[in-house]
Amino acid sequence: MTFDRRRFVQAAGVLSVLGSSSLRAQAAPIRLGLMTVKTGPLASGGIDMERALVQYLKERNNTLAGRKVELFVGDSGGVPAQARTKVQELVERERIQVMIGPLAAGEALAVDDYIRQAQLPTLSVAAAEDLTQRKPNPWFVRGTSTSSQNSQPLADYCYKQLRMRRMAVIADDIPYGHEMCAGFQRVFEDLGGKIVQKTFPPLTVPDYGTYLAQINPKIDGIFLGFAGSNGFRYLRQFNEYGLKGKVTPVGGMTALDEAVLRNMGDEALGIVTACWYSAELDNPQNRKFAAAFRAEWKYDPGFYAAATYVEAAVLEAALGAVKANIENRDAFMKALRSVKVDTVRGPVRFDEYGNVIGNVYIRKVERKEGRLVNSVIHTYPNVSQFWTYKPEEFLKNPVYSRDFPPAKNLE
Amino acid sequence: MQFWVIQTLNSLALGGLLFLLASGFSLIFGLMRIANLTHGALFMLGAYFGVAILRAAPGLNLWVAALLGGLAVAVLGFFLERFILRKLAGNVLSQVLVTLGFAYILADVCLLVWGGDPIPIPTPAFLQQPLRVAGFAFPAYRIAVVFLALAVGALLYLFIEKTRLGAMIRAGVDDPQMARAVGIPVSRLFTIVFCLGAGLAGAGGIIGGPIMSAYPGLDADMLPLALIVVILGGVGSLLGAFVGSFIIGFVYTFGVALLPQLAYVILFLPMIVVIAFRPRGLFGRFAA
Amino acid sequence: MRWMVLLAALALFPLAAGEFYINLASQVFIFAVFAASINLLLGYGGLATLGHASYLGVSAYLSALVGLKLGLGHWIAAPAALAGTTLMACLFGLVALRATGLGFLMLTLAMSQVLWGTAYRWVSVTDGDNGLRGLTRPAPFGLSLEGASAFYWFTLAIAVLAVWLMARFVGSPFGAALRGTRDQPRRMAALGHDVWVVRWIAFVYAGFWGAVSGLLFVYYHKYIHPISLSLTNSAEGLLAVIAGGSGTLGGPLVGAAIVMLLKNWISAYVERWNMLLGFVFVVIVVFMPEGVVPGVQRLWRRYISRT
Repeated sequence: MTFDRRRFVQAAGVLSVLGSSSLRAQAAPIRLGLMTVKTGPLASGGIDMERALVQYLKERNNTLAGRKVELFVGDSGGVPAQARTKVQELVERERIQVMIGPLAAGEALAVDDYIRQAQLPTLSVAAAEDLTQRKPNPWFVRGTSTSSQNSQPLADYCYKQLRMRRMAVIADDIPYGHEMCAGFQRVFEDLGGKIVQKTFPPLTVPDYGTYLAQINPKIDGIFLGFAGSNGFRYLRQFNEYGLKGKVTPVGGMTALDEAVLRNMGDEALGIVTACWYSAELDNPQNRKFAAAFRAEWKYDPGFYAAATYVEAAVLEAALGAVKANIENRDAFMKALRSVKVDTVRGPVRFDEYGNVIGNVYIRKVERKEGRLVNSVIHTYPNVSQFWTYKPEEFLKNPVYSRDFPPAKNLE
Repeated sequence: MQFWVIQTLNSLALGGLLFLLASGFSLIFGLMRIANLTHGALFMLGAYFGVAILRAAPGLNLWVAALLGGLAVAVLGFFLERFILRKLAGNVLSQVLVTLGFAYILADVCLLVWGGDPIPIPTPAFLQQPLRVAGFAFPAYRIAVVFLALAVGALLYLFIEKTRLGAMIRAGVDDPQMARAVGIPVSRLFTIVFCLGAGLAGAGGIIGGPIMSAYPGLDADMLPLALIVVILGGVGSLLGAFVGSFIIGFVYTFGVALLPQLAYVILFLPMIVVIAFRPRGLFGRFAA
Repeated sequence: MRWMVLLAALALFPLAAGEFYINLASQVFIFAVFAASINLLLGYGGLATLGHASYLGVSAYLSALVGLKLGLGHWIAAPAALAGTTLMACLFGLVALRATGLGFLMLTLAMSQVLWGTAYRWVSVTDGDNGLRGLTRPAPFGLSLEGASAFYWFTLAIAVLAVWLMARFVGSPFGAALRGTRDQPRRMAALGHDVWVVRWIAFVYAGFWGAVSGLLFVYYHKYIHPISLSLTNSAEGLLAVIAGGSGTLGGPLVGAAIVMLLKNWISAYVERWNMLLGFVFVVIVVFMPEGVVPGVQRLWRRYISRT
């Protein structure tokens, strides 16, 4: 257990504060909050988020746009109600002015209305679609992606490059999984393919045997929309059931993340996934970032580490645009949404709903220097959350879910 | 046809794994009247010990690792029983709550030491290839687990039914007061049974490792299953744990395949029905 | 007299403290009502339950659904939620009370897990892992509860009412009968009391107050998620009761404060707070099994008698 004496003394001083003290002086540091998950099953992603953000700040001597930055980290334990409490604590007690996070969709939805009420600029990591679609939050900016932003181009890749025509989809039975599969299904079927099976095992199922037995053997491939450890567990059992070579798995953005990949073996080789990041990306920012991260922590950065590193770059660019005057929230929010910056994931900008437009990479697992990496084999540039559909048409449909788009080709 | 055969084999495999988990739980519950809520965490701790052992000695046989890991967890169980549970002797509710508290602590310790990512336990090399039976494939390791469960079940049966110690345990389950009156050292039996139960859970965690891996949350996933099996099969009965494990293995596997929306209902309904209408369970010696 | 002073202090608290602490106090009161409802069963009825979070959760979901899906106001949603949850408590009581002791514990656990799993899987109704958001707080008599202080006073009033009504319940002849069934069920039966009916009524009453805490919970957070029905939530409520002292009225309130402060305040300074929670659990159960309130009293008396 760590006991942070500095924070304790800080809070003891806060205890005697009656009202709010205004921090208008430009010399005062910017108070940045990080909402993450450090305990519980989502902890490994959350810990990566903190590590990458701390690295970004350290590289710049904790100074962005000429002003010092103080970081306050909140741990929600993966529980949405607690995320809300922690955000309140960060806003009301630590007086943060901007927040990066939260991690999980449920948490983002839980704090959505509080963020509007507190007018807190938020750079979200969570993927829940409607936050930047049908119920857009004006204080939100999302530099990572929506659930389906990566699965839609992957469907295009599967149909056109991998020449698959009949596929199945399987994902965790949570809205994140539903949204990913729905996006994949829509694009795949619009191109002429058929999704013949849709399965959603519960998030905490110990064993995928039942689901593996149900796979329709007459398919070209299966899309895996798992999060966290489930993708890797599924794949192991997939091979044990002799399906390797018979059916080709392709994965969503979190199925074979670097965090999971480092514990896998040859069963992962050759698997294609789509994500907005790979540790192997060859741009100047990422070469530096990945090397430094690997030197410090002995493993490659993945989705979560890249997420906060990208958001931090967006934050820095926006601060630069308003000359670090974060106190003017409206101007700062406008600057955030108008940011165009090159980051470790490539060029990044935002659509009118606050969601990122950037590259999506098709990656393949290969062995390099004795470890497994996600090598980039194809790039889709300028991908928005709407893929090639017009935003107005897209938004007329209900949000992606288990039942939308309706599955007409199931067997 | 293929579906039914594979699902049957899956059910058997799940049942085997559940038996490893539930047998210890049932013994502890039966003899000490404690629903050991740490049991899931002990299973998970065993899995993590397996990871540590196999990292330190990569070529080691999985079964040997399971024995060592089980032993380590049994030692932990010894300390838990001797120094905490015994202090609360007689107060069953407190003992159950303490085991709950310990589950929290163990889960956090595992997270602290091994991190939040799932860690696989490699399948023994000669069992890695799928078994091809009548045209379809099935993981060989899972069949091995079924046989292992049968073997462990047989050993436990011999122990409980044919040895003096086993007779003493059976007496303690039937009537602890009388057993004490007859001179059976019931407290020492408690310790032995708790260690045995913990060891079985720990070894089970390693054996289940190639199927489920070690990950945070494994304890919360396994504990309800152990509870359901033991309540259904009957507290304190080895036969009950055995039969219950396979019944739940089948109910869960087929239930999830045929009625996925009701996965949780299917899992808990047998337990509710049993406690409400036949509290002794199938083969129990007394009501839970 | 002491109560009046305490009440006055609590009422004046928002004038002295910052917004964060007012909100924290509101959460303590909500959790205190929840813990007190568990105490009705555990402390006074002798029935330990690990499924009480389901009443909190179901009440919260019903209120949210009536508001969101049916578009009705709080003056319909609140009674609907309370009535629905109490009905559920009636039914669950019929099943759970077929056993006592550990069997009862397992049954409450099982039924609560079924509801928890359903909340996750019945996505068309509950939106599963996303939870239900965009909920509102009621405005009784037109007064807005959006502000931290306003909500605090509202919650304080409800909590005081709850504790007062529960005090009257346990102080009544029925309460005495309940305690009788806890201590000597066979004798009570011999005396002509229907032990099962006594327990069932207590069960339903406890479920009702669990539902009340659920309404307060969903008003405060303006959000409900299946995890609020989890075993962990029930266990924390149980811990609060045991920590504070289960045989008393004040115990659960103190216990609720301890647990809630540990979760929301100390966790800012100590990283491994799950472990700390477990340790506190173990320490209290082993060294102060009767709870903090009686335990501290006992240690104080021992200290006094030594000096």
